[in-house]
Amino acid sequence: MGKNIKITINGEVVEINEGTSILDAAHQVGVIIPTLCYHKDLCVAGNCRVCVVEVAGQKRLSPSCATPCEDGMEIYTNSVKVRNSRKHIIELLLSEHNADCTRCYKNGKCELQKLASDYKVMTDDFIPLVPFKHYTIDMFSPSIIKDDSKCIRCQRCVRTCAELQGVNALTVAYKGDQMKITTFFEKAMNEVVCTNCGQCIIHCPTGALVERNYIEEVWAAITDKTKHVIVQTAPAVRVALGEELGFEVGTRITGKMVAALKRLGFDTVMDTDFSADLTIMEEGTEFLSRLKRALVDHDPEVKLPMATSCSPGWIKYIEHMYPDYLGHLSTCKSPQQMFGALAKTYYAQARNLQPENIVSVSIMPCTAKKFEANRPEMHDSGYRDVDYVLTTRELAIMIKQAGIDFMKLNDMKFDRLMGESTGAGVIFGATGGVMEAALRTAYELVTGREVPFEGLNILPVRGMEGVKEASVLIENPLKEWAFLNGVTLKCVIAHGLVNAKKVMDSVISGEANYHFIEIMACPGGCLGGGGQPIPTSPEIRAKRAAAIYAEDAGMPLRKSHLNPEVLKIYNDFLIKPLGEKSHHLLHTSYTARKRY
Amino acid sequence: METNHQLKRADFIFKNENDWKDVLKKNINRPPHELINELISSELKGRGGAGFPTGLKWKLSAEVKSDIKYVICNADEGEPGTFKDREILSLVPFKVLTAMAICGYVVGAKEGYIYLRGEYFFLKPELNKAISEFEHYCKEINLDFTIRIFMGSGAYICGEETALFESMEGKRGEPRNKPPYPAISGYMNKPTVINNVETLAHAYTIFTYGAKRFYDLGVQYSRGTKLFSVSGDTPKPGIYELELGMSLSDFVNDFGDGDTKAVQVGGASGFLVPRKRFAETTIGYEGKLIGISLPTGGSMMLFNSSRSMFNVLDNYLEFFREESCGQCTPCRVGCQQLLKGIKAVKTGEKNAQHLDKLLRLAETMQFTAKCGLGQSVANSFSSIVENFREEMIY
Ligand SMILES: Cc1cc2nc3c(=O)[nH]c(=O)nc-3n(C[C@H](O)[C@H](O)[C@H](O)COP(=O)(O)O)c2cc1C
Ligand code: SF4
Ligand code: SF4
Ligand code: SF4
Ligand code: SF4
Ligand code: FES
Repeated sequence: MGKNIKITINGEVVEINEGTSILDAAHQVGVIIPTLCYHKDLCVAGNCRVCVVEVAGQKRLSPSCATPCEDGMEIYTNSVKVRNSRKHIIELLLSEHNADCTRCYKNGKCELQKLASDYKVMTDDFIPLVPFKHYTIDMFSPSIIKDDSKCIRCQRCVRTCAELQGVNALTVAYKGDQMKITTFFEKAMNEVVCTNCGQCIIHCPTGALVERNYIEEVWAAITDKTKHVIVQTAPAVRVALGEELGFEVGTRITGKMVAALKRLGFDTVMDTDFSADLTIMEEGTEFLSRLKRALVDHDPEVKLPMATSCSPGWIKYIEHMYPDYLGHLSTCKSPQQMFGALAKTYYAQARNLQPENIVSVSIMPCTAKKFEANRPEMHDSGYRDVDYVLTTRELAIMIKQAGIDFMKLNDMKFDRLMGESTGAGVIFGATGGVMEAALRTAYELVTGREVPFEGLNILPVRGMEGVKEASVLIENPLKEWAFLNGVTLKCVIAHGLVNAKKVMDSVISGEANYHFIEIMACPGGCLGGGGQPIPTSPEIRAKRAAAIYAEDAGMPLRKSHLNPEVLKIYNDFLIKPLGEKSHHLLHTSYTARKRY
Repeated sequence: METNHQLKRADFIFKNENDWKDVLKKNINRPPHELINELISSELKGRGGAGFPTGLKWKLSAEVKSDIKYVICNADEGEPGTFKDREILSLVPFKVLTAMAICGYVVGAKEGYIYLRGEYFFLKPELNKAISEFEHYCKEINLDFTIRIFMGSGAYICGEETALFESMEGKRGEPRNKPPYPAISGYMNKPTVINNVETLAHAYTIFTYGAKRFYDLGVQYSRGTKLFSVSGDTPKPGIYELELGMSLSDFVNDFGDGDTKAVQVGGASGFLVPRKRFAETTIGYEGKLIGISLPTGGSMMLFNSSRSMFNVLDNYLEFFREESCGQCTPCRVGCQQLLKGIKAVKTGEKNAQHLDKLLRLAETMQFTAKCGLGQSVANSFSSIVENFREEMIY
């Protein structure tokens, strides 16, 4: 903490910590300064210049996001000079911008549009530059559309991909009027190291980076009478969808979401939480069997630590960055893909439906899941297991298009068979959640007792620290697991791929010896996913996390192995975890990829 | 108050390099604060563009506590038509190396770098030879200082000090926000003194002959001599060392071709001075007495009446449009608008009032651009448009 200093903002004296930016200081006293390149999640770039303010005694204006307060500073945020300059800058941005808002996916949600609207930029003093440029629209990725004609070159995406994800798929190329955001060798987005995580999308202020949407395809399936459309919704969607539909951040709207999906015309509304619970059964069993092979059989082939595999952004990341370590990944498919494979087999049989007539849709907080559903190997049902993946944002658009007054909906429940969930499935949506769910089940399987944490809340794995470590000592296990007596299981949790890198590097260097690694590609886990409502910030993610844990705490069942529908599917269909059917439908393999 | 409107040639920079060993040894046996005071009292200002007092720069860096500090010699010399730094490095390299080492001693830095313009790679072998001889002597006298050459990437913007650091750190050459200033946080976020080649050569003069000798040259606010690259419509283009403070009329009398209509002082980011203002214009750093400041490396370009000022401005704006790093809005888009704008006025697509809008835009660029490049576009733009408005329209 620096020392306290005194400044004035528009004549008002403010006492503030030395080193606070002018922007933050202004916000603290209720003075709003517009920004574009600034984002709370990212380092300060100071390149858009819309946040400039006047400091008395200085001829030039200062970028408030990048300028620390100094004692005695006299700051003016709304002087003639500031207003004129700001307007100029907005006009300049618009002159270089393909501003066809009415046809833009970001219409109504765009920071540039909002600025233009707030400042009523209605002149055409400057010459439109768009006709002189050759912009590309990259639609090759199944997850992301990149439209350079909508880019204001704020570099938020570049910083996101580098600082939060450590992927560096996006970079700045050329200079002057040619300067643009592109990829290595300007390859298409589907040909580079991009993990499809979508973090760049939720950090982009404009329509330059958006998800590839499948709204029309889903409407077509719903309308087609010959199709049976089944939808699954991921845990993190229910704590964020409300933000798009007028609710406060952190509001849980699970029941309304189910009701809305039914009104939209989906034939069956199911819950990805069910397959999250199923994942715990499969992955927990896989983990214990790896431990056994390592500790009892001393099998040199067995790969420990084992890493979770439910985050498809993380999967693509490790395939590119650590292709020699794919053996450490659990072979479990993500809950989405488990669900998809079962929808066209187990569910089809139970309901007497022809799998070719089933359209399986998933609502995800994630854009990487679009890529995942598109993987060639994800056809174990004999058909494409998941046909369309919609983000939380796309679902909100459909709800609006259908004229549903979301606020007024009465709560409804998920349909049965694959719609039951436990609190363990719900917390998959937060970083540390898979680990917590796995421990709740695995510990109990091994010892016959509940995990030794009050109220089943394994607090060390929760929270927003980038890398979290936890360990659990196993004492007095059941006979079958006697070899685990006295073993301390070491677990580590990372979210945001830049933290995944830290964990992987410490594993590879031998510096850390973990047994189990949970990695989520996105900051905060799925609740901060690239398909979630925009904006995102540390505060917003914390509120969504609180909602997830509240949802868990309110569930009657909080352990995956108690999910009655999970018990039923093993009884009726799968027989046992890691059994032959499971192996065929619920597990997968990975593809080594190059970095360039 | 003294003024000096006489054009006076001088010959310090390219002379007397041979005593560098004595100069080095003598000075590193003086207390650092004495050396800083010597520099401060000489009133030497940076010759790389911004004209920041060199002594103060060294002092700021010396006062920061840090185990690691750096001294960097900026030899990126990107201004079109200037090659004075190249001449210094090929003719009197030891002056520059010596001044760097003295700076290292003063601020507490053990590592020096020369950021050498990519096109000057041919200087590298000779320079490296000089460096090994120099380092050898440093060892002999127990001075812990090394110098390495870093080859530039070829972009003009990399001459801007913070873009230069980014480039040295292996990143894209984009200027940083200031503050923090390099003296506090520069290369590798360590305290860094960065000086132009010529600045260091003058520092050598000061440490050889004392501050007074330097201070007695030039005029108030603009002490000492400066190398000028004279080009354009002149019978004698070349590099000249002149005492600061001369009047532009004197300069034109000496270097003009009898028909000089205007002089661009300070290259693309400098000012255009029309004939009617030659007499009132003094060449030196900004100060109360002096009509015009002297940005960038000392380029003086003369234009005679055959030249179209529209073309001159068009060329400068093309240069900026291309050489802007492109990161900040006012500079990236502003340069495009100024360039497209003057063309549109010329062709009649826009009326003459558009020039006034562009003048206001140039002012916004000056107030809001992130670095010196975008901030100084207004210098040439406004001085040309205001003085040669008819040439812009017809
Ligand atoms: C666009 C731009 C280009 C510059 N190019 C150079 C250059 O080539 N050489 C140089 O010494 N300074 C250059 N400068 C100035 C440097 O940023 C810096 O002020 C200088 O190196 C400091 O040294 P001095 O105090 O000795 O002048 C440039 C500045 C800008 C804004
Ligand atoms: S990116 Fe924003 S300003 Fe641009 S067209 Fe889309 S909505 Fe309009
Ligand atoms: S793509 Fe979006 S985030 Fe990236 S620079 Fe362009 S506008 Fe900014
Ligand atoms: S989707 Fe993720 S990995 Fe791909 S460019 Fe965006 S931030 Fe980078
Ligand atoms: S003023 Fe120009 S060169 Fe400087 S940072 Fe901005 S865009 Fe880059
Ligand atoms: S928000 Fe401050 S410069 Fe962009």
